[in-house]
Amino acid sequence: MRTSLQIMLSAAILAAVPADAQSPVPQIALDSVADPLKFPDNIHLGEAAGVATNSKGDIFVYTRTGHPTISLGTARPFAHGGSRLFQFDKTGKFVREIGKDSYGFEVAQQVRIDPRDNIWIVDQMSSMVIKFDPNGQIQLLLGRKAESERLPAGPAAGRGGAAPGAPEGPPSAGRGGRGGGLPGAGSQSDLFQRPTDVAWDAAGNIYVADGFGNSRVAKFDKSGKFIKSWGSTGTANGQFRTVHGIAIDAQGNVYVADTGNRRIQVFDSEGTFKTQISDIGAPAAICISGGAHPYLYSSNSNPPEDIDVAGEIYKLELDGKIVGRFGKAGKLPKEFGTVNSIDCRSENDLYVGELGNWRVQKLTLHSK
Amino acid sequence: MKSYPTSCIAIAALLTSQVFAQTKAKAQNVPEIAYDSVPNFLKLPPNLYLGESMGVATNSKGHIFVFTRSANTRLFEFDQNGTYVREIGEGSYGFEFAHSVRVDPEDNIWAVDEGTNMVIKFNPAGRVVMVLGHRPEAVAGVVAQSPPPGAAAEKYILGRPTDVAWDPQGNIFVSDGYINHRVVKYDKNGRFLKQVGSEKTGSEPSQFNTPHGIAVDAQGNVYVSDRANHRMQVFDNNLALKSIYDNIGDSWTVCISPGPHQYLFTSNSNPNGNAPGSWDITGEIYKMELNGTILGRFGHASKEFGGFQVVHMMDCRNPNTIIVAEIESWRVQKLLLKPQAPAKTAGGK
Repeated sequence: MRTSLQIMLSAAILAAVPADAQSPVPQIALDSVADPLKFPDNIHLGEAAGVATNSKGDIFVYTRTGHPTISLGTARPFAHGGSRLFQFDKTGKFVREIGKDSYGFEVAQQVRIDPRDNIWIVDQMSSMVIKFDPNGQIQLLLGRKAESERLPAGPAAGRGGAAPGAPEGPPSAGRGGRGGGLPGAGSQSDLFQRPTDVAWDAAGNIYVADGFGNSRVAKFDKSGKFIKSWGSTGTANGQFRTVHGIAIDAQGNVYVADTGNRRIQVFDSEGTFKTQISDIGAPAAICISGGAHPYLYSSNSNPPEDIDVAGEIYKLELDGKIVGRFGKAGKLPKEFGTVNSIDCRSENDLYVGELGNWRVQKLTLHSK
Repeated sequence: MKSYPTSCIAIAALLTSQVFAQTKAKAQNVPEIAYDSVPNFLKLPPNLYLGESMGVATNSKGHIFVFTRSANTRLFEFDQNGTYVREIGEGSYGFEFAHSVRVDPEDNIWAVDEGTNMVIKFNPAGRVVMVLGHRPEAVAGVVAQSPPPGAAAEKYILGRPTDVAWDPQGNIFVSDGYINHRVVKYDKNGRFLKQVGSEKTGSEPSQFNTPHGIAVDAQGNVYVSDRANHRMQVFDNNLALKSIYDNIGDSWTVCISPGPHQYLFTSNSNPNGNAPGSWDITGEIYKMELNGTILGRFGHASKEFGGFQVVHMMDCRNPNTIIVAEIESWRVQKLLLKPQAPAKTAGGK
């Protein structure tokens, strides 16, 4: 455990270096509503890992809250609970909880809504991707939660295997080397290692960013059948150091937030490297907006242990040209505490989910 | 009642190898302040129980907030009569092992949790408006201690923090804690300004060994319960040392009353475990002037109503009505202090 924490911290420190764009980046003015969601008295957000909207403007938040617990007095230690999925209407009024007490809800990582308003969550600890239909019924499962926990978690016994941003380690570390291929390549299947994000192309194919443990993108057809995966741990094109986010444009190009390498890599839908976008810090959360002229948003999120560095979000053209930036790390409105999720259904109306500030902010960017 | 010291001494004599972590206060001949404890003070609904009562605080309306370790750590609000009002922060990500609750001048409620290493600010409506610190992530597995002992203290990561206070400008002071041994000053927006102490324990001036409680007076001076160093340290607003009060036993917790004449309260709480003889030398609360002059003492270690079982926190919004939270009796008591003899007879400095 301690080793993985240290590695996470060092990766975060790496991520904290300011972005080094060649020319001054225009600042985008914005307004913020720091508490757009209205909760019942007995429901609170913890770390707001994922936020997404559906076609009606309903807001979904997948949050780390409650207590992830380990049962004692059992043949093996079993972990359960710890995250919840909430739905709000477009005015921020609480609608319902989805997937209450789900077997796969442990450490919230992301929520995304597909074009048919299905709700997809990604859980970093159960290493599962769960698809709910708009009524909140489970339609598809990718990955399988580990049956039990290994305690105590040591460097070689951690569930995460190769830690985020770690240099190539022995493939046998944890479960990271399952499949026996290149480090971080993962198994050629839907067994994930702390996955981070999910996206779809126009045909409905599913792409999973995988993740903190593995360093790959896994592609499935719309029925959930594994097609292929690409990537391994490293710095070359097509390699990753912490695959932290994924988004797909209307042409089916796949944008992958390669946090540890401080770049977004762009692939075609078969995983062929096309280009990379850099000078935007360490991309942690990315989003491609809807509309006739889509934009790419990318957050250079601050590490949780420091609010005096980084934190800004970039707005880019899909070709990587920087349009502007906004925000910085902090606790006030218009400041960000480790943004983990961006919803950009509408170009200038964003929701961001913050780990550090336990909140969702609604942002309105000023167009010039 | 009067027989127990004798029997305790007898047991202590049998177990002379027993070592107390705690020593008797140096202050002697301190006047006793008489008090009554209000019977049936907090009225809990059926099926709701206090566990270890770690934190207690009142707001401007006299409502009482109790941060308790029950099956889960929970934060309850009672009205000024002790009638249950509501639970705050139910199921919060930051609630794991209660340590302190304090209410700021705007009636925001601040909970300090030493299990998640978080300080959580709730507004008066009970919604989270700011957090300090960062809970280790569950994916990392079981965390033996976070941060690891001896790791350099970071600006925004707390190591089993213990308490929180504010100066008149709204700057935030956190005593941190069991793993770090420092006091951190943040501005009102949670941005790090400076610290005194470090990740290391120490007994020199401006070093700490378990800073366990903190309070700030109207001038912005900072009073820190330096528990395992058997003292209280007083700093100015920039955390430069002003004085050390080392005649009050182990300062477990500290409270400063509001108003034009502020008083300082500190508890030399009896140590957990109730070792033989410990009740003879600990358990009392001191009432002091801010300059360290002791005005009187009250209370004693006992499991009986009116006595104290490891006082963990005090509320002193009214300096004559002290509300104490006790660890080992799972209760909160409201104490009505009786007027003292003229102050001139007080001694014990």
